[in-house]
Amino acid sequence: MAYSDKVIDHYNNPRNVGALDKSSETVGTGLVGAPECGDVMRLQIRVNPETQVIEEAKFKTFGCGSAIASSSLATEWVKGKTVSEALEIKNTDIVRELALPPVKIHCSVLAEDAIRAAIGDWKKKNGVEETATVAAH
Amino acid sequence: MSTVEITQNLPLGVTLPIYMDNHATSPMDPRVLEAMLPYFTTKFGNAASRNHSFGWDAEQAVETAREQIASLIGATPKEIIFTSGATESNNLAIKGIAEMYRERGNHIITQVTEHKAVLDTCKRLEKYGYRVTYLPVKADGLIDIEDLKRAIDDKTILVSIMAANNEIGVIQPIAEIGKLCHEKGVIFHTDGVQAVGKIPIDVQAMNIDVMSITAHKLYGPKGVGALYVRRRNPRVQIAAQIDGGGHERGMRSGTLNVPGIVGLGQACAIAQAEMPAEAARLQSMRDSLRAKLEAALDYVEVNGSWEHRLPGNLNMSFVYVEGESLLMGINDVAVSSGSACTSATLEPSYVLKALGLGDDVAHSSIRFGLGRFNTQAECDYVADKIIGIVKHLRELSPLYEMVKEGIDLSKIEWAAH
Repeated sequence: MAYSDKVIDHYNNPRNVGALDKSSETVGTGLVGAPECGDVMRLQIRVNPETQVIEEAKFKTFGCGSAIASSSLATEWVKGKTVSEALEIKNTDIVRELALPPVKIHCSVLAEDAIRAAIGDWKKKNGVEETATVAAH
Repeated sequence: MSTVEITQNLPLGVTLPIYMDNHATSPMDPRVLEAMLPYFTTKFGNAASRNHSFGWDAEQAVETAREQIASLIGATPKEIIFTSGATESNNLAIKGIAEMYRERGNHIITQVTEHKAVLDTCKRLEKYGYRVTYLPVKADGLIDIEDLKRAIDDKTILVSIMAANNEIGVIQPIAEIGKLCHEKGVIFHTDGVQAVGKIPIDVQAMNIDVMSITAHKLYGPKGVGALYVRRRNPRVQIAAQIDGGGHERGMRSGTLNVPGIVGLGQACAIAQAEMPAEAARLQSMRDSLRAKLEAALDYVEVNGSWEHRLPGNLNMSFVYVEGESLLMGINDVAVSSGSACTSATLEPSYVLKALGLGDDVAHSSIRFGLGRFNTQAECDYVADKIIGIVKHLRELSPLYEMVKEGIDLSKIEWAAH
């Protein structure tokens, strides 16, 4: 399979790899996927309580190059956005940016799920009402 | 980065890309090509032309090839039938025997890690009223001979068990299976595609009745293969699956692929002459590759029996790293993975699953297939490259981090998708 230059770039130089303190009140953690499926993404955000701006994002991913690239890109995109702006990110935006082929669309879906799961976790911790539900698939 | 720059940094004996996927196919030995060339141009005759020298030359070349193949496996030349390759040989053997012996019974025994050319052929026969038993394999990838004993009944006409597996390289107890089949009066077919020319195979000593062979796994050309069909003790009959001019004693019609057949014959002759030295060399390189990887990395597992294995095969799982991402990092090295992501079906390797491996371990597997043209320098290069990439990807792997923190991954409720 031929990978796009952007996928290769994220694979070789993944952005924001690492972990945030998941017990912190200001941190939201999303862990999505399953080892059996060959994809597990963990995406974490640190949210400014005053402005609701995502000031920091970290990820680790077990998965193919497209899964790594999708989650790496997701951390780049959520940084600097408010929580509600970050929820606007759609998997189709990731597909377009990384030029993912049809068999890799599930990687982008998982990245969108990871963003939603991380924000959901942060909201739960901070008593913020859920506005959007994570679509199961 | 220029090509020159890359070349200068490489150790002696390494040129990129490196081919280490010899179970998929092998490069042709230049000596094979040389033997074939005249049969494309000056000696182009049809081996079935009986009344001129062009035909005689072609026929002579075909008969020489028959002798070379027979000699490698302990058969007689008349027992070799030429086909288009392994898939056709397996289809012809299984369907041809099923059809010919339908009166005697309708039961076929095979096992779960066979190549799809065997499994899908058996599936089709099930639709036509045949009963097929798919024996399980043990964790080492080998069948239990007791399972086979129990599975044979008075309707069993055929046992088809491969000699060596294409993914994990494990060698089935062929001689024991052959002995049992002969005691029970059941025909024994083996898919010998990965084994012939790599390890000693003797159809007499091993009681093999029918065996599939292909040229391109033993440094010969693609598109040509053979089927060994026993002629005495017992004489095995096969119903033709391709009708036409009655070539190959009526078992396989079609004008013979003379250059291909010459290539297959030459490939067998070279294999016979060089097998002991080549096997020892491959095994030593393969062992060094494993040792290097295990010394540098934790959580690596060899899949399948180490003892009963082709000399050039190494199948390893690099747990907590997904196989396709690993391949992506070594794109100048050709190996293959049991990961779902590398297949069209998004299912991990059925062979690895049959060993009882979890999907996550199967997703992490890499198959190294060493062959005649690989060097020790290449093995060292590949080992270093793999070690670097696995370490990089484990830095990225949430699973590796969790395991290192002492978290039991099996206790986590994963949201399957």
